[in-house]
Amino acid sequence: MANNAVNATTSAEPSTRSRRAAEFWFYFSENKGAVIGLFVFLLLVVVALLAPLIAPHDPTQQYRDSILVPPFWQEGGSASFLLGSDQVGRDILSRLIYGAQYSLFIGVIVTLLALVGGIVIGVIAGYARGWVDTVIMRVMDIILAFPSLLLALVLVAVLGPGLTNAMIAIALVLQPHFVRLTRAAVMAEKTRDYVTAAKVAGAGHFRLMFVTILPNCMAPLIVQATLSFSNAILDAAALGFLGMGAQPPTPEWGTMLAEAREFILRAWWVVTFPGLAILVTVLAINLVGDGLRDALDPKLKRS
Amino acid sequence: MVRFLLGRLAVLIPTFIGVSIIAFSFIRLLPGDPVALLSGERVMSPERHAQISAQLGFDRPIVVQYLDYIWGILQGDFGTSIVTKRPILDQFSALFPATLELATCAIIFAVVLGIPAGIFAAIKRGSFFDQTIMGTALVGYSMPIFWWGLLLIIFFSGTLQWTPVSGRISLLYFFPPVTGFMLIDSLLSGQAGAFKSAASHLILPTIVLGTIPLAVIARQTRSAMLEVLSEDYVRTARAKGLSPFRVVGIHALRNAMIPVITTIGLQVGVMLAGAILTETIFSWPGIGKWMVDSVFRRDYPVIQGGLLLIAAIIMIVNLIVDLLYGLINPRIRH
Repeated sequence: MANNAVNATTSAEPSTRSRRAAEFWFYFSENKGAVIGLFVFLLLVVVALLAPLIAPHDPTQQYRDSILVPPFWQEGGSASFLLGSDQVGRDILSRLIYGAQYSLFIGVIVTLLALVGGIVIGVIAGYARGWVDTVIMRVMDIILAFPSLLLALVLVAVLGPGLTNAMIAIALVLQPHFVRLTRAAVMAEKTRDYVTAAKVAGAGHFRLMFVTILPNCMAPLIVQATLSFSNAILDAAALGFLGMGAQPPTPEWGTMLAEAREFILRAWWVVTFPGLAILVTVLAINLVGDGLRDALDPKLKRS
Repeated sequence: MVRFLLGRLAVLIPTFIGVSIIAFSFIRLLPGDPVALLSGERVMSPERHAQISAQLGFDRPIVVQYLDYIWGILQGDFGTSIVTKRPILDQFSALFPATLELATCAIIFAVVLGIPAGIFAAIKRGSFFDQTIMGTALVGYSMPIFWWGLLLIIFFSGTLQWTPVSGRISLLYFFPPVTGFMLIDSLLSGQAGAFKSAASHLILPTIVLGTIPLAVIARQTRSAMLEVLSEDYVRTARAKGLSPFRVVGIHALRNAMIPVITTIGLQVGVMLAGAILTETIFSWPGIGKWMVDSVFRRDYPVIQGGLLLIAAIIMIVNLIVDLLYGLINPRIRH
């Protein structure tokens, strides 16, 4: 193991950036689960990107004479519907493949919204302190006082059901975690010598906040971002399941489950596969998150 | 301790005021006329509109309306449902025991399985057993519980026919609620088979709601134990020749439990969010299903009141957890 680390560092470019990357990969790849998770996640990205090429059918095409066809290995199954068809004769495999696009899109957009919003608010709170900080943190406490899914559900009820509103609601609910983390990190970094040096050198508030301090607070934020990514996918699927997220016939995995609910005792495949897709995606991202935490967070690094 | 409590309250009260402002203003932010939304009447003559508007107090300044709202809440008046025409607090107190019973069973399930699993995983760190438990915990933690519930229904209610699909008790049994807890009430009723029916209705929802807390508690117990087991005083205890059981069970566990208790407290919010999904899947007549139904029926006064009541419960539970934490860990008080 130690030899690998030496090789990794010496074979890399002598610049600090690539040395850091090599060190990161060394710690990350020590966690086998994280590597598997990353592999599965990349596979999902490829599936999502190539969906129009690899999906055997159109995800909304209804084959009226092939309703609730079981998967191919079961009696009555057919090779043209590998994972079976749903209650209106749509190919489940094709819907799952297109569903990957939605889930990853939801994860990326929600995490970006929550991350950017949370960082800006958190940096301001931690840097300004005083009443600005107090007001911001009380507002965050208020958001955190509600169960996240309930608040998202009510927000969607206010804004109207649909994927866009669901994403806005989830981002709003996830964002206080980023605010708290950023604020804590900024407060810890603010009194360091390099910040004072930059201040003496004449750096303005904006530069101090976002250029000097922020890059040194990124590690916990990246770990939180992976957590939010999986949470966003889960919550969006839950809202879809409750009928408040993506609306039919969108092939979103949670919405697929909601549509299939009444057939669960007659056709197990219509509920099993969409849920499995959610589980595998979320699990892969959480595995990556665990690996990132081990690799990035020096406090939790195995000593 | 009193100062600690006062400090906590100083944060809690502004938060509660903020929560009440959100609950109060949400109905006024909705697209559409709040008078029509609150009264549930779609078509109204101008006279009727003015009458209801005055009845609801909408003709007064917004600050007066808010203070009036708060005054009502302090007296237990959370408004009236548009659909059932019943006071919201009455409905809430009728449904809350169902959620409380389910959540209590789920947290017991999670603690009873999660803490031992975490302890053994920590003691046997790196073993096959540890890896299996932590792998399972990560799967549980990533589980979309609404799907997990459906899978359990397919297998246990569909294929094996062991458990019922929905509700709290079979329709064959009827008795007036005494405690609101079906398990206790069914025993008190003295009807043969009632307890068994109530218990069989409770099993699957308990597992579904307890899955994520179970995973979180197992993971947290393991890491807290690992941290404590490497401490000097544990080494001293071992060196003194104490039995491994005493070292782990008494010296290490007591200190490892401090972060675990916080984690268990934090699960209350997770449980109430989970109750929304679990109760929807199993048609469990609790406050989670009540909120979802109200969102669908556009019963805005119920959403408003329910939001406030649920947030208040979570805040009170968090306060209790904080106080317990202060009691067992004196360092935090200062």
